[in-house]
Amino acid sequence: MKSAFVVRVLGSALLLGLSVSSGAYAQGAGAGGGRGGFTEQGGEAIFKNVCQGCHMPDARGAVGAGMYPALAKNPKLEVAGYPVSVIVNGQKAMPALGGMFSDQQVADVTNYIRTHFGNNYKDKVTPADVKATRP
Amino acid sequence: MTEQNFAPMNRRSLFRMIGMAAGSAVMYQAMTDLGYAGESGYTGPTKLSGDVKGASVVVLGAGLAGLTAALELHNAGYKVQVLEYQHKAGGRNISIRGGDTVNELGGFKQQCQFDSGFYVNPGPMRIPYHHIALLDYCKRLNVPLEPFSIINYNAMIHNSKAFGGKAKRYREVESDFRGHTSELLAKVTAQGKLDQSVTKEDAEVLLQALRAYGALDRNYEYKKGALVSNHRGYDVDPGGGLSWQPTDSEPMAMSELLQSRLWTGLLTGHEYEYQMTMFQPVGGMDMISAGFVRALPQDMVKYNCKVTEVKQDANGVTVSYIDAQKGGAVQTATANWCVNTIPATILSQVPMQIGAPLKNAINSLAYSAGFKAGVQMKRRWWEDDERIYGGITYTDQPVALISYPSTQFMQTQKGVVLGAYTFGPHAFELTSMSPEERMKVVVDCGAAIHPQYRTEFENGVSVGWHRIPWTLGCFAQWSEANRAKNYDALCAIDGRMVLAGEHASHLGAWQEGAIVSALDAIKRLHQRVVAA
Repeated sequence: MKSAFVVRVLGSALLLGLSVSSGAYAQGAGAGGGRGGFTEQGGEAIFKNVCQGCHMPDARGAVGAGMYPALAKNPKLEVAGYPVSVIVNGQKAMPALGGMFSDQQVADVTNYIRTHFGNNYKDKVTPADVKATRP
Repeated sequence: MTEQNFAPMNRRSLFRMIGMAAGSAVMYQAMTDLGYAGESGYTGPTKLSGDVKGASVVVLGAGLAGLTAALELHNAGYKVQVLEYQHKAGGRNISIRGGDTVNELGGFKQQCQFDSGFYVNPGPMRIPYHHIALLDYCKRLNVPLEPFSIINYNAMIHNSKAFGGKAKRYREVESDFRGHTSELLAKVTAQGKLDQSVTKEDAEVLLQALRAYGALDRNYEYKKGALVSNHRGYDVDPGGGLSWQPTDSEPMAMSELLQSRLWTGLLTGHEYEYQMTMFQPVGGMDMISAGFVRALPQDMVKYNCKVTEVKQDANGVTVSYIDAQKGGAVQTATANWCVNTIPATILSQVPMQIGAPLKNAINSLAYSAGFKAGVQMKRRWWEDDERIYGGITYTDQPVALISYPSTQFMQTQKGVVLGAYTFGPHAFELTSMSPEERMKVVVDCGAAIHPQYRTEFENGVSVGWHRIPWTLGCFAQWSEANRAKNYDALCAIDGRMVLAGEHASHLGAWQEGAIVSALDAIKRLHQRVVAA
């Protein structure tokens, strides 16, 4: 699937010193994930390598001039389609990461967040659910 | 008025005259010839003329957009106040030095331990020759510049999966790629296989050009020998007297070079925004914002202000803010107008009385992930051992590059190297790590190319831009579709407020974008003020 996000990232990267090719070059040809995508497998690995950069290792979010919401005990996670849509399509300061993740990766990290950090939702998200939210 | 009739014609009048007589295209060409038109639309120092009638402006943010707006509005006679979140001005125009504390969200705190005289630029690090608004301000504000080495033929290009993970010199990759492709093209040209594309006369010249350009021998071949060594370098350099004879080097085989993808490291310096000559301020990028601050009245910028709300009506703007560190009571600042340079990531969380088009535009923007790290080394081994003086090494590892300092060559014992500068997935990953974990990655990646990292690393500091409390990201990420949909609305004056910053420019992530965005915004604002 053509990654709109990759195009945006590499387009911006063009402006900051990475040619498109060396951008792809710099990301390497790691297993899975594809060009410009995340290669982490499994919800825990994705959370710890991607999400916690903003939402923090304890998922409590952070407050500066603006804030990152807590994922810990967040009632907005009750309807699984909401976090899936935010991850895939973005929302305000949250980048649209759908182009950098496979359906499986989005499902895995959503299920991870919804069963950790004081969240305990029983229903599981499947890759098919994720696919349905893609534009 | 009489005075003006006898004043010597200035550039602005000359251009206007040319424009009226011969059309805007000719005027633009004249401006270009005289060095005034540039890609940013900057046409020379701003002159906001006319009576501003005591109007006041509150500027939100003291990065380069806010500082530019404040300076020019102040010079035009406006009453200006600036509210800044941090304890200092500059925004992303920033340098980190020994003694500085980097506070990232999540309580991740780093105390930079660089020796006095060293710095790292964790935001912008280089200025193109055609970013003339920025260059003009550097000149006017007495900010000395020095060249930033963008290409160094003796720096490395590295792919951990090619050539056994051993990096090659830029000059070897560049010369071999140029030589092999020239040889191929010369071959098909000489064989007449391009007769559909190239005339016989042009083919003769093309062969001459390829032979010279590609360091080809009389058989139009790129082969080990004195000529090729003079391009890619020697195994043993020429000496003097009876010391030693030079030894020629062996070019890489074409197939191996192509498959290694090392040629991707050749591309950056050719692009318009990375062509030599590039510049950096002497002593650190933040010298630029320091220059602006020097030019402004001392009490104009109020620090430690976290904006919590913006209201506006027919008479003016009211900005609510609290102490950025301590919170507490809400204070307000009022003015007739507002120039708002706060990054969109934060603005989308601030309640503002604005129309739907501007609100939708702000809400459409997320910011790119970006990561940089500066490392202090106990000695300048990249110079003493490797003979790399400035310039950039590229790698496929997460750090993406190593940039050697373009300053103080061979003059100091120690030095600071930029050990990482990356976007995309690796920037997210490095941002997600603690400062200690990040530095381990930076050293491991560096050591894969330069073993000296292991023994000479002294200390380091890193910035993961999504953990920076006052940007929540590195720079605004526009798609073409979103720009078509929302860019104009983002830039349009809404009531009494106008946005400015790199996000409100076509030069996203560049300081030039922030500056020309501010100049354009205040120009439009000023038109309303004098017309009223």
